[in-house]
Amino acid sequence: MKLLFEISSSGRRQSLLPDCDVNEYKFDPSLLRSEAPRLPEISEVDLDRHYTELAGETFGVNSGFYPLGSCTMKYNPKVNEELASLRGFTGIHPLQPESTVKGSLEVMGRTQAMLCEITGMDKMTLQPAAGAHGEYTGLLLIRNYHRDRGELGRRTKIIVPESAHGTNPASAVMAGFTVVSVPSNAQGGVDLDALRAAVGDDTAGLMLTNPNTLGLFDPGILEITKIIHDAGGLCYYDGANLNAVMGHARPGDMGFDCVHVNLHKTFSTPHGGGGPGSGPVGCKSFLAKYLPSPEIVETADGYGFSEAENSMGKVRSFYGNFLVVVRAFAYMLTLGRQGIPEASENAVLNANYMMRKLAPAYKIAYDAQCMHEFVMDIGPLKDEVGVNAMDIAKRLLDFGIHPPTMYFPLIVHEALMIEPTETESKETLDRACEVLLEIFKEAKENPELLHSAPNDCSISRPDEVNAARNPVLKYIFE
Amino acid sequence: MGSYIPNTVDERLEMLKSLGLSSFDELYSVVPEAARVRELDLPDGLSEMETVAAVSRIAAKNKVFDSIFRGAGAYCHYIPSVVKAITSKEDFVTAYTPYQAEISQGVLQSIFEYQTQICELTGMDVSNASVYDGATAAAEAVLMNVDGRRKKKVVVSGAADPQVIKVIRTYCDSRNVEVTVVPVKDCATDTEALRSAVDRETATVYIQSPNYYGVLEDAEDIISASHEAGAKVAMGVNPISLGIMKTPGEYGADIACGEGQPLGLPLSFGGPYIGFMAAKKDMMRKLPGRIVGQTVDADGRRCFVLTLQAREQHIRREKASSNICSNEALCAMTVSVYLAAMGPEGLKKAAVCSASHAHYLAKELSKLDGFELVSGREFFDEFLMTCPVDPDKLNEKLAENGILGGLPIDGNILWCATEMNGKADIDRLVALVADIVKEAE
Amino acid sequence: MSNILDGLKYSKTHEWVSDDDGLISLGLTDFAQEELGDIVFVNLPEEGDSIVAGEAFADVESVKAVSDVYSPVTGVVAQINEELLDNPALINEAPYDAWFVKVSDVEDSEDLLTAGEYADFCKSEKE
Repeated sequence: MKLLFEISSSGRRQSLLPDCDVNEYKFDPSLLRSEAPRLPEISEVDLDRHYTELAGETFGVNSGFYPLGSCTMKYNPKVNEELASLRGFTGIHPLQPESTVKGSLEVMGRTQAMLCEITGMDKMTLQPAAGAHGEYTGLLLIRNYHRDRGELGRRTKIIVPESAHGTNPASAVMAGFTVVSVPSNAQGGVDLDALRAAVGDDTAGLMLTNPNTLGLFDPGILEITKIIHDAGGLCYYDGANLNAVMGHARPGDMGFDCVHVNLHKTFSTPHGGGGPGSGPVGCKSFLAKYLPSPEIVETADGYGFSEAENSMGKVRSFYGNFLVVVRAFAYMLTLGRQGIPEASENAVLNANYMMRKLAPAYKIAYDAQCMHEFVMDIGPLKDEVGVNAMDIAKRLLDFGIHPPTMYFPLIVHEALMIEPTETESKETLDRACEVLLEIFKEAKENPELLHSAPNDCSISRPDEVNAARNPVLKYIFE
Repeated sequence: MGSYIPNTVDERLEMLKSLGLSSFDELYSVVPEAARVRELDLPDGLSEMETVAAVSRIAAKNKVFDSIFRGAGAYCHYIPSVVKAITSKEDFVTAYTPYQAEISQGVLQSIFEYQTQICELTGMDVSNASVYDGATAAAEAVLMNVDGRRKKKVVVSGAADPQVIKVIRTYCDSRNVEVTVVPVKDCATDTEALRSAVDRETATVYIQSPNYYGVLEDAEDIISASHEAGAKVAMGVNPISLGIMKTPGEYGADIACGEGQPLGLPLSFGGPYIGFMAAKKDMMRKLPGRIVGQTVDADGRRCFVLTLQAREQHIRREKASSNICSNEALCAMTVSVYLAAMGPEGLKKAAVCSASHAHYLAKELSKLDGFELVSGREFFDEFLMTCPVDPDKLNEKLAENGILGGLPIDGNILWCATEMNGKADIDRLVALVADIVKEAE
Repeated sequence: MSNILDGLKYSKTHEWVSDDDGLISLGLTDFAQEELGDIVFVNLPEEGDSIVAGEAFADVESVKAVSDVYSPVTGVVAQINEELLDNPALINEAPYDAWFVKVSDVEDSEDLLTAGEYADFCKSEKE
């Protein structure tokens, strides 16, 4: 496929802007660039077709089943896209007077309130632009709390289970903490004895995903949060897996002090090929005074701006990824009181349904009733016939199914993590299971077929070693 | 109530039964009772028609201005129709991060094209695939060269966008990196003060040009002074200006960053926006976030993959220099389509028209008594001007006429004009301002 | 079976050590490079840095992993092998030529294994 720069033809242009209708201002030549940027010169029709071709080489949720564990690739309702395109939202300058942005403030204020109710928190900020950004913001709440108590000097450690997402330890370090990793027990939960041994007067807090990255709800959760609190630390809930429990269990009731949620997972806003996301952060009232500025609060005439008394400052310009919030707001309005728990319970049902159908062939890493996702261990198959998780993932591409998350969590070496979500029908799940069982058979009978997969994609496996050893990160003009 | 679950109630029961369960409640039997919630205090769900009506009603509570003379970090530029059409393609909208290269060549190639365009625009060698916004781009940029041992301080121009400074402070404070903000003199960085603030422990100096007040900084001076002291320089830029203005690369900056919103993204009450980041080659491995590289597949065909991933959090975990995972991929594609639609000529026109309109506006306004440029320094498409009446009162009157006036700053007004504000638009504004001032006398 | 050179000393974290008149060279063993797979980048310390026995002084990146390289000795980095920065594949191709750093002013050293002991150790690791 050609690059934009390869279909460019000198002198081609689109008639987009009128000529300047005032005297052209002439800058001193020393202030001007010496050469024009080599941007492509393309007609509108060719530009459109270029991207139509690229879209054909892109697999979205609209293209097919997307059981990508820990990413919650649920269907993205079209009505939310339409509402996020309303000019009453897109045409608003972020620094307009407050009285002229009452609609935006209402969307944000009511979204905050609904997210507080779902997570069991008291206050919420929508400023963080993604999940990892939310983690960082939540950890800054914890940091400010300890600083106010004069304990930041010694409370330097954040405890993170070894099964955690990579963002957790990375966020902790960005927030100025060091990381203590605790192992999992035989059931895939937090090892309570190891946790007790890890806490102390240097504990700043704990970051936990529950259900965890194995798709298991930790039954010891109340004990876990108590151990941390007894040691003087705070508990941070990574909401990556909230889609399993919303409307059925709340982090606030599990003993967590602050949370982030991923609007682009749980609340159905599209992933856009990697973003924009949105990572609202909620907290119990004793942490609210540290929230980023400005806050959106309820006022006599709707909603308005306010400043937290002891705000951490800002983590992003303005108020966050507002149009993503609009989509999530519309989604929550649609689902409402009944639809929110219905979504999560069906996500859990679909995952268990698939797991049971696959369990006769594949090894389930921790074979217990799962929540919204489960992890298969391809280790035994690798030992037997030399087929690994990557091979199975790549073979799935030939069947038009997006592969599950591979090689995560790290504690299962040949992991395939499947998260079907609630928006898939029984027929889709049945077919995916049939395909996976067929691939299992192929692995035993004809492993070569899997090693060479995919066979039906526009490219075969890319040479990633070459890409990293000899980085070519932009087009080389002739 | 609304729902996006395809399975009927009967199908769900059948599936439950196949698991040996009789109710959904049993799926949550592992959750301790104290952590269970039986009913949420949320409104009843809605049909799609009701949701559209409810949300549209709320959108109507916002005031959309026909004419916008305000920038200060968010800019109203023309967005070609083809941009929205292309970036609304469902495959792009609903795809995940392109970790599976075989079925993600579309997204990967588009990011590679974006990286190339950002390098062209900024005069840099390498670009990442985007970060959240201009402010976080600046914060990530100043931290790139901090090593915690020899380099543990950053110096920031006080003439940068105050929001950017705030975010830099947040990011640096939590890493125990000292931030020195250089005072402002005549709407620009006080170069002498900057010189004395930079020392051997300074990792990075951050300047913005055009700066918050619209003024073009003495970038050459600042950069050479910083380099003499052994510090790297990150330069924030308005990308539209780069259609004509000297690039950070030409000035000798080590990192270029900024808010990409002017390149095809609507104002949208502040987001989603996009932070772009590009750097000289020697800083390549210090860039945060995703980067796409070119390689070949098993059959020798050119293809694209996410590369240099060992820098990132999912591999390096607590040793990663940044925690960024999700970025603003679809906004990066928007920028790329915008730049391709505009081409070098179109972008130049947007830059020239914006600057020319702004200078015309400044000239016309300064014909009125009490309106004077606060600084005589060269500006791009924004300028700070005195105001003989209360700026808020002035703006209220303008708002009644569908105009969003400039941003009030300490009794002055920061005006902005782009290619969207034609001569007639400006003349009408100036006439209204003259009337309002006269009325106030 | 991976290659183990006589005459070198080895650590249990799979570094090889050679002593050339008090200047100590450190590198990764053949066993280590096989386990790591294709190495795409190496992060080295700077000349003049102090390194401490038992602590990481460098790391090597493969496409999907990053691994620390530990120093078996305490001392000062006298030289770094800049060739590895441009061509990390050398670590895979000729691990015993691909020294990472040369260390001077060595104050302390871990107990190191002989070639024979290291071969036994690798065997036990494989099991």
